[in-house]
Amino acid sequence: MKNGPWYFLISVILLYGIISFFNFGIFLSSLQFFLNTIINMIPVFILVFILMVVSNYFITPKFVTKHLKNKGIKKWFFIIIGGILSHGPPYMWYPLLANLKEKGLSYGLIACFLYNRAIKIPLLPIAILYFGWQYILTLAIVMVIISILQGILLNKIMENDSTNN
Amino acid sequence: MKKSIIKSAKAFWNTIPLILSTVLLISLISVIIPQTVYTNIFSKNFFLDSLIGSLVGSISAGNPITSYLFGGEMIKQGVSLIAVTTFLVTWVTVGILQLPAEIATLGKKFALLRNSTAFGLAILVGIITVVIVGLF
Repeated sequence: MKNGPWYFLISVILLYGIISFFNFGIFLSSLQFFLNTIINMIPVFILVFILMVVSNYFITPKFVTKHLKNKGIKKWFFIIIGGILSHGPPYMWYPLLANLKEKGLSYGLIACFLYNRAIKIPLLPIAILYFGWQYILTLAIVMVIISILQGILLNKIMENDSTNN
Repeated sequence: MKKSIIKSAKAFWNTIPLILSTVLLISLISVIIPQTVYTNIFSKNFFLDSLIGSLVGSISAGNPITSYLFGGEMIKQGVSLIAVTTFLVTWVTVGILQLPAEIATLGKKFALLRNSTAFGLAILVGIITVVIVGLF
């Protein structure tokens, strides 16, 4: 299972090979899209790596226990802000979140973080341009509330599951 | 600090094949599915549109800016606001293409539960948002 991700990558490369055989145009366009995306993601890769180092250095299980495992509104507020401020595609954050999970972060808070990644402050001007500020403001507020609901829901389900096991 | 750097580098290295394969899949889908497909499949039925919006958003991926462009174009083409809202929400909260990466790092049960609840809740977000915006 350790090599699973590499086998997955090889499968996708093979898929590209098959596509290049049948439609070289789609293959080239997809490859161009891929290269552009990866180039744009390099700063995000660097940021995520720095955050992982900082997290590994400062965020110890004791720290997480103190700040995120306590019950109350503060931990939710902390995770919502973190989710909103995070950049890049979600899968860039999975290793960091898995790392925090090992240190005691609950599944509900991870879900809440991932949900709030949908609210992108740098992209708000474009969103407002297309849909208007009333719509975007309403959507953002509703999404923050729903993210908490999803977090609580997942905590309950995962908690029940671990209790039953 | 050196220990933290080595630990992070190891974790990051293990994620590289997942990131590369996910971006390769997203690139392929983005090229194969043209924008016009998104604007041709909505029916103008409140509940059906919200469901279709969620489904299309779930299988789509990429920078949210792309979803704004698609969403803005959909509104211009007469697609309902509820469909566009659920489309925008699931574009970022549900990740079918990222699912293998999420399962590998955060666990199968959590990844499936998170994505399925995000799918259902997107319809709720759509309904609440459209109702509130309608009040203004």
